[in-house]
Amino acid sequence: MSRTRSAGLIGGSVVIVLLVGLLAFLLGRNVGLERAAPPIEELTIQRIELPQAGLVRLNLVNGGVDPVTVSQLMIDDAIWAFDIKPDATIGRLGRATIEIPYPWVEGEAHEIVLVSSTGVTFDAEIAVAMPTPQATAGWFWRLGLLGFYIGVVPVALGLATYPFLRGLGSRGINFLLALTVGLLVFLAIDTLTEALELASEVPETFETSILVWIVTLATVFGLLAVTVRRRARSGTLSPLAIATLIAFGIGLHNLGEGLAVGAALATGAVGLGTFLVVGFTLHNITEGIGIAAPLLRGEPRISHFGGLALLAGGPAIVGTWIGGLVFSPFWGALALAVGTGAILQVVYEVGRLVTRTETGGVGLWRGEVLAGAAVGVLVMYATALVVPA
Amino acid sequence: MLKGGALAGAAALGGNALSKAGQQLQPRAEVPHLHGAGGTGPFKDIQPGGFDPTAFATEFDRGRVSQLPSGQTLREYDFVAIDKEIEIAPGVWYPAWTYNGRVPGPTIRCTEGDRIRVNFRNGGSHPHTIHFHGFHPANMDGVFEIVDPGRQFVYEFDAEPFGLHLYHCHTTPLKRHIHKGLYGAFIVDPAAGHEPAREYVMVMNGFDTNFDAENEFYAVNTVAFHYMRHPLPAVVGERIRLYVVNLLEFDLINSLHLHANFFHVYRTGTTLEPGEFTDTLMFCQGERHVLEFEFRHPGQFMFHAHQSEFAELGWMGLFDVTDA
Repeated sequence: MSRTRSAGLIGGSVVIVLLVGLLAFLLGRNVGLERAAPPIEELTIQRIELPQAGLVRLNLVNGGVDPVTVSQLMIDDAIWAFDIKPDATIGRLGRATIEIPYPWVEGEAHEIVLVSSTGVTFDAEIAVAMPTPQATAGWFWRLGLLGFYIGVVPVALGLATYPFLRGLGSRGINFLLALTVGLLVFLAIDTLTEALELASEVPETFETSILVWIVTLATVFGLLAVTVRRRARSGTLSPLAIATLIAFGIGLHNLGEGLAVGAALATGAVGLGTFLVVGFTLHNITEGIGIAAPLLRGEPRISHFGGLALLAGGPAIVGTWIGGLVFSPFWGALALAVGTGAILQVVYEVGRLVTRTETGGVGLWRGEVLAGAAVGVLVMYATALVVPA
Repeated sequence: MLKGGALAGAAALGGNALSKAGQQLQPRAEVPHLHGAGGTGPFKDIQPGGFDPTAFATEFDRGRVSQLPSGQTLREYDFVAIDKEIEIAPGVWYPAWTYNGRVPGPTIRCTEGDRIRVNFRNGGSHPHTIHFHGFHPANMDGVFEIVDPGRQFVYEFDAEPFGLHLYHCHTTPLKRHIHKGLYGAFIVDPAAGHEPAREYVMVMNGFDTNFDAENEFYAVNTVAFHYMRHPLPAVVGERIRLYVVNLLEFDLINSLHLHANFFHVYRTGTTLEPGEFTDTLMFCQGERHVLEFEFRHPGQFMFHAHQSEFAELGWMGLFDVTDA
């Protein structure tokens, strides 16, 4: 036993020594793999701010292998003076901030081009120039209010349909549960798409899209492990537990929606209007109904509804704050990946509820189940059309 | 409010200089873009020791001069095509193809009727030629006799007609060979010569640094905003003659506008009578004109393309006019 262990130890050390040697060799000189081509420059403009009249501020990340020197800058097809900190040369994965004293015009578009020392250009666009909101109490309040309107209010409205749903028979309940599955499938795809879209804004070196998939899968399996253990202990998941899981998953989705809306408002990509709020309200009412559906088989208390509304809708408030103030596409993508995983896991749980006859379900191939799922997807799609973000 | 774009700033300077006509000239350091405190124009300068547009503007290469047995003047030039990184704006380096390591190539200056002999060697990585504008035999046209890397070719012809001409590489793909920097001015003086004047060569060009078939930078004589940082000197009442050649690639037209003044236009430099008196002139690619004028007032006077985009992307400069 100890002999095999020491043999394994020796073998392991040999591999490590060889690996270190190989790395030292490759990183040393003249191994015949040197690149003759010019450097590959990659610069990502992560955020554009208009903190005051006559000033544009850019945050840059060098996501490439080689350092990049920003030598010139053009704004609206004019070479313009600028200030770059800490240095015009940005190392691998390094960051820099550029300030341009430029008289930008409110409500109009501006185009920025950075020119590196080798003449490579990096473009960025200000779609609609609006003063970047500073982190004042007023802005904080407005963002929070918006999150409340697009998250908490519609979910609470959806939950408020519960007394009417109580009158439904078992076919009606199965229809509603299937509808919940449909809307959750829609949300899972929507959330994953958002996550991958954000991931594409992060410099490629970070391999964010792979991380999105891994985090999604890890969340699904992590939550499955928790619920399987719970089920083994108590036989089955209570209706309230399932509603809580749904609310949690939807909450993470709404966090993502909040991020998107907050970031869009901060960069002026979307105007803060009634239309935006109305769209999200319509869209998210269905989510409330989805959370209420499993409760039809239980005896929930009124306080449960308040808690579920906050759990599912509250993250939209947090999302608008983060998105509007300190948004990072990398963390945003990962948060949405967690959301995707959580929603997929809920799809599984609610699906069980509908299709397992031993838990009161009726099986998949029933008219009301298929119709419910289809209506769920269609309603979400139709209401998504009125959401501008 | 911004501290003032270069255009606005320089306009203010011009107005200021006018109001004090006959008095002291503004100190040059007051040009706002030099501080990098806002406005157009790069806030640094190119590295010393490289191509100097200030020197280029007044450099006329008259060649190695000798007499042929017939009595005709022979001017000999050595041209080498070289691949070279050049600084086209402060801190921005461009992988150019050059004649003699510079863009534009040397300004050839001769008199009508001279025999021109150019010993061309291709030291670059691609085939090149030199195609001169002017009268010459077909085999001296630099179109069919492609000179491969490492090979040589001798161009020989009589310089005519008098005027302002140009030369450039005529190897395909033409756009790339011209845009990469293989061009220059070719001045043939009339036999009787010109009135004396302060002369400047201006080759209008641009650079597509990211190779998307659009110019990122514009200039006269290669370096963006060079004559904003280093204005060209002039004296009140003195005749100024500009040799302006348009070699801008990709854009259909170019132009020159002179502030607070008018100039006589000698189209293609092939007549001795001016054809036009104006302050703004349009140039197609390959078009070139000789312009003559004098300043009435001291001060700093701008000249630039009257395509505002080109002007703000580097094709802008100043004359610094002092009292006689």
